[in-house]
Amino acid sequence: MIVERKKLNFWERLYIPAVIGGFKVTARHFIKSVFKRQPVTMQYPEERWVVPEGYRGAPYLVKDQEGNTKCVSCQLCEFVCPPKAIKIIPPGPAGQLADRPNAEKMPAEFEINMLRCIFCGYCQEVCPEEAIFLQKDWSHVGTNRAEMIYNKEKLLSLGGTHAGTQKWKHKLEEAKEQENFPVKP
Amino acid sequence: MFDNITNWIDGLTAMQQFVLFSGVKIFAVFGVLMTCVAYAVWVERKVAAAIQDRVGPNRAGPFGLLQPACDGIKAFLKEDFTPDHVRKAYFWIAPAIALIPALLTVAVIPFGSNLGAQKMVIADLNVGILYTFGIVSLGVYGIVLAGYAANSKYPFIGGIRSSAQMVSYELAMGMSVIPLFLWVGDLNLSQLVISQQGFVGWLPDALGSVRLPNWLVFQSPMLALSFFIFLVAAFAETNRTPFDLPEAEQELAGGYNIEYSSIKFALFFMGEYAAMITASAMMVTLFFGGWTLPWFGLDQPATSIPGGLLHIGIFFVKVVAFVFTIVWVRWMWPRFRYDQLMDLGWRRFIPLALVNIVVTALWLWIRSRS
Repeated sequence: MIVERKKLNFWERLYIPAVIGGFKVTARHFIKSVFKRQPVTMQYPEERWVVPEGYRGAPYLVKDQEGNTKCVSCQLCEFVCPPKAIKIIPPGPAGQLADRPNAEKMPAEFEINMLRCIFCGYCQEVCPEEAIFLQKDWSHVGTNRAEMIYNKEKLLSLGGTHAGTQKWKHKLEEAKEQENFPVKP
Repeated sequence: MFDNITNWIDGLTAMQQFVLFSGVKIFAVFGVLMTCVAYAVWVERKVAAAIQDRVGPNRAGPFGLLQPACDGIKAFLKEDFTPDHVRKAYFWIAPAIALIPALLTVAVIPFGSNLGAQKMVIADLNVGILYTFGIVSLGVYGIVLAGYAANSKYPFIGGIRSSAQMVSYELAMGMSVIPLFLWVGDLNLSQLVISQQGFVGWLPDALGSVRLPNWLVFQSPMLALSFFIFLVAAFAETNRTPFDLPEAEQELAGGYNIEYSSIKFALFFMGEYAAMITASAMMVTLFFGGWTLPWFGLDQPATSIPGGLLHIGIFFVKVVAFVFTIVWVRWMWPRFRYDQLMDLGWRRFIPLALVNIVVTALWLWIRSRS
């Protein structure tokens, strides 16, 4: 391809239009960032991005409205997790009971290795208990590898409370309703 | 205590006093120049950032003012790596050769009128400007040697470009100042500054208080043209954009200094910024009245210590203004193509400078006859 070179006239060849143009552009940006104080950069550790809704950040465990662990240790997320970042230790037959009535069990330990996690969201998708959610945290800092493995306590404290359906509470209430249901002979 | 020192100085012979005061001036100027070089880098980064809508260095100290110190410490502590394929002797000597000419040029520049009985210039040479050009032309050797010593393609191309560019623009630069010395009739830079006192005579009296300083750039159109050629040549000589072909980052991955690391690289960097400052100081001295200001009697040599310091301050402010301009220009235009650069040097500026000399000489001849 041959690009047609535009013939410059005398004024343009004097280089003066380029001087004026260059000065105008640079002066505009200089004034914008020095006097109006509107640089486009962000002072990162102090200022942080606010991520949009639906952002896939770190997966954390959530509690229900009464402060109980929602996870029932079914291990579906551990199974589905593509990079095998999740490790769940179930309570076992003699283990601790769930901290809410009617739920069968809760995990003895729940670990997510944030160095392995790829933030795909499969765990959230597969969870039948609405117990794990990808939240907005996108910056994970640690001084060693062990620090980057988040345990159950840490995941629960970071996850906060989720205002969802309290499945097992409702089942319990329904069961109680059954007891009181007026059965006519 | 102070009397003791004064007495001791008075007791010295003239020769001893000359050595003592020259030594003090050399150390003071060197110290100030190196500080300025460090802060020129800071100014460059801050201005660049502002023009590109960024903030620039702002972590080390208020407004990032300690950044030069951090950079210096980093440069000294980094591994000084010598690649296996370089020509060792030239590789070691090139950074020094790049830095030294830029520092030597400052010696003849009058950076103030006087402090006490001392003239504020390290060496008041009668051939000041010739000395400057002699030294400045050595600057190219550092870069050419670095390009040759590196023994690899990109530094080599950088070195070649640099030699071609600096040789051709040096000619235009040297010829651009000849009208200046025809006009003034003296090669001594101190005398040149003295000739720029007061206000220009050609403005009509009707303008009243609107007066231009009698700086050489305003004295005649020929000298203004001289300044223009000198300015462009100075950009080329200091390897600044739009003539920064020797170190074109995008094409040559850094140019002549790629193989260098640590303090050797920093020496090239310092040399470049020192050259920028000395070029600014030269332009201030030659065309913009040096340490003089036509108002408040500031164009007469100082009689007191504060007056002398004020003159140094005026000179410093003028130099800073030039450095700021040179830094700003870097972001205004793209780099010249190589053939355009040579074309501009050989086919535009050298003939223009020659014509300028002839026209000035004719004008002076006509004026002397009438």
